[in-house]
Amino acid sequence: MASAVESLPISGNHPASEVRTCDTTSLPVCLTAQKFIRMHAVAAVVFLLIGGIAAILIGLTRWPAVHLLPAEWYYRLLTLHGLNMLIFWILNFEIAVLYFAGTVLLNTRLASRWAAWGCLGLMTVGAVMVDVAIAQGKSDVLMTSYVPLRASPWFYLGIILVAVGTLVGVINYFATIYIAKRDKTYEGSVPLVVFGATAAAIIAVVTLLHGAVVMIPTWLWSMGVLSQIDPAWYRITWWGLGHMSQQVNVCAMVSVWYLLGTLTTGASPLNQGVCRGAFVLYILFINLASAHHLLVDPGVGAGWKIWNTSYAMYLAVLASMIHGFTVPASVEVAMRKKGFNRGLFGWLAAAPWSNPGFSGFFLSLVIFGFGGGITGVVLGTQQINIMAHNTMRIPGHFHVTVVGGTTLAFMALTYYVVPLVFQRDFYAKALCRIQPYVFAGGITVMALGMSFAGSYGVPRRHWDVEFTGGQFAAGFDPGAHVMLGVMGVGALVAFVGLLLFILLVVAAVFTGPAIAGQAMQAWHEEPQAPADAATMAEEEHNTPGTVVLVLVFLTTFAVYYFANWKWLSDVWEVR
Amino acid sequence: MSIHNPPAGWLKPPMGAERLWVGLALAWCIIMSIAMPYWHFYGKQNPTGESYKVTVADFAVRTQKFIAANKVGEETVPLHIGDQVLEEKVPIVEIPPGGDGYLLASMWKFRPILKMKMGQTYRLHISSMDLQHGFSLQPLNMNFQVLPGYDHVLTITPTSTGVFAIVCNEFCGIGHHGMTGRVIVE
Repeated sequence: MASAVESLPISGNHPASEVRTCDTTSLPVCLTAQKFIRMHAVAAVVFLLIGGIAAILIGLTRWPAVHLLPAEWYYRLLTLHGLNMLIFWILNFEIAVLYFAGTVLLNTRLASRWAAWGCLGLMTVGAVMVDVAIAQGKSDVLMTSYVPLRASPWFYLGIILVAVGTLVGVINYFATIYIAKRDKTYEGSVPLVVFGATAAAIIAVVTLLHGAVVMIPTWLWSMGVLSQIDPAWYRITWWGLGHMSQQVNVCAMVSVWYLLGTLTTGASPLNQGVCRGAFVLYILFINLASAHHLLVDPGVGAGWKIWNTSYAMYLAVLASMIHGFTVPASVEVAMRKKGFNRGLFGWLAAAPWSNPGFSGFFLSLVIFGFGGGITGVVLGTQQINIMAHNTMRIPGHFHVTVVGGTTLAFMALTYYVVPLVFQRDFYAKALCRIQPYVFAGGITVMALGMSFAGSYGVPRRHWDVEFTGGQFAAGFDPGAHVMLGVMGVGALVAFVGLLLFILLVVAAVFTGPAIAGQAMQAWHEEPQAPADAATMAEEEHNTPGTVVLVLVFLTTFAVYYFANWKWLSDVWEVR
Repeated sequence: MSIHNPPAGWLKPPMGAERLWVGLALAWCIIMSIAMPYWHFYGKQNPTGESYKVTVADFAVRTQKFIAANKVGEETVPLHIGDQVLEEKVPIVEIPPGGDGYLLASMWKFRPILKMKMGQTYRLHISSMDLQHGFSLQPLNMNFQVLPGYDHVLTITPTSTGVFAIVCNEFCGIGHHGMTGRVIVE
């Protein structure tokens, strides 16, 4: 932690009794914000547990050799899984990240306590409403609830309440930045993490407005007030919510990468202008991405699809590729300056891999880039999507973005949130140290199984690959069954990693040794560089290791991209 | 530090390896942007999204007319109703080469059985009677979305022969996993 310590005087706008100085980082902590960060974090973990139990049950159902659940429970738990993981767990964690970035890093108080209560209340009531509506068996519509599939009105109302609650939280964040600026609680530009969090918040506003535009009429329709919702209109607008919310996750995740790079290795971005420019590219060019889900749809033409899927020359992809360089490069420079300057990868070998904050963050970076990023761009290519739409390739893609990427990054951050915000120490540190590896390994294997099964044509969201009861015989190559088995094994391992995480966090938060008034115990001993090592000079910025890493990445990307065009040329001709 | 306010003068152009990478990444993004329109001119797999608004009743009538005019046979298939297994005769319909074929998706069947010839081009109209469905041709693994109220036209040329399965890959209720159809190419 020594690296992050740099004392800031408390000259913020806090009322005297509502601030404490962090015993580890010396940062000023707004106690109101701390209370809400704690509550949102607890809510997040509860939803993660609900979604996780659903996850293992549906995973074991799609493993043909196990085929656990009956059909109706498979679809019911699939609906539950999607909403609890993708919406309730992640949004609660993101609100916590916003409150942290807005107050602690800007040395300000939270703008409104009442808005924070409103946000928490609406999000919780809405989420419980959705979960109850699903459990009652009247809302088996999956997360996307494509019309004219109809759920209980409580299902749509619950989603609307969660969206409004989140919007209230996001506005409270903007208000917090505003009062920090007004009260001059910081000097110069905001820190990079705050900049990234703000980009996430801006995209979130646009996302939630799409949600309102699509969900309010659908709710009215479910009650019979409106007679009809156009299914093509629903898809294009719903994905303005559904896909863009994933861009909020990307933005929040990248901010967490920068935060953890600093907390675990003392990394400092080489060029903040480049990092910030990449966040601006996200805001400007990511908002059209709902097209990814409509590439083989009727109702929209090829020109619209091509323009919107590449969002003006893939500038949002460019942004991710830039972060994919700047994040590891900042770690490389930090490690080299500490004396780990040997060869191409001496810095990486000496990195604090026993620190779950570091291992979780770096594995998240690798899994998101090599797994999620590459597959995302390829599946989102207009013509290649013919071979991917609604197959298992799609969940194979997004489980390495939003789970292996975002969720893993948030887990890594939690290893700092518990000691620093809850002021509790973890039990069983050895288990904490291996948890990120177990989870990352499981998710990676699971997603590979999904992707390859999808390449054989196996549909996503489907109870039975044997098509029992179908009027015409259908089925898949034995290789597809092997891949679904690989997926099942990966799901089991990932579930163990998930349970481990939840048990460790719950034990620490509710019964862990209180450490208020003392610095947190560092997750790793600061490693000692060999005495004869040549330390990199302060003004140098050489990153040969990262250059090799990104060149390997680009080569992998290109090979997978062109291989898919080749496979496409083998299917029937279609216009 | 990414958690502290940056020193003044942080806005500067990238240098060294970082500049090289931004340039390489941008070049790659431009290549990928060009690839999609390029394939529209030089590739053979380019769905145009050609589609027309249509009422459910109209599309059903067109499908019936198409079946009546081009039926070449029948196949008896099982029909599951609850625990009972009955029989149902499904028409086999040959699309005239260069002509229009119709495929109607509904919970939980595709009608009729379609017959085509390799190397001929067909205009295949697909729509739904009820919910959203997926048209997934296996084992080729070609996938298209089917919406009620939209006549989705695929101009297709089969380049292989055999008996192909159509499976629904958009969730459409409890019987979704048994929703299959057939395409025969000679």
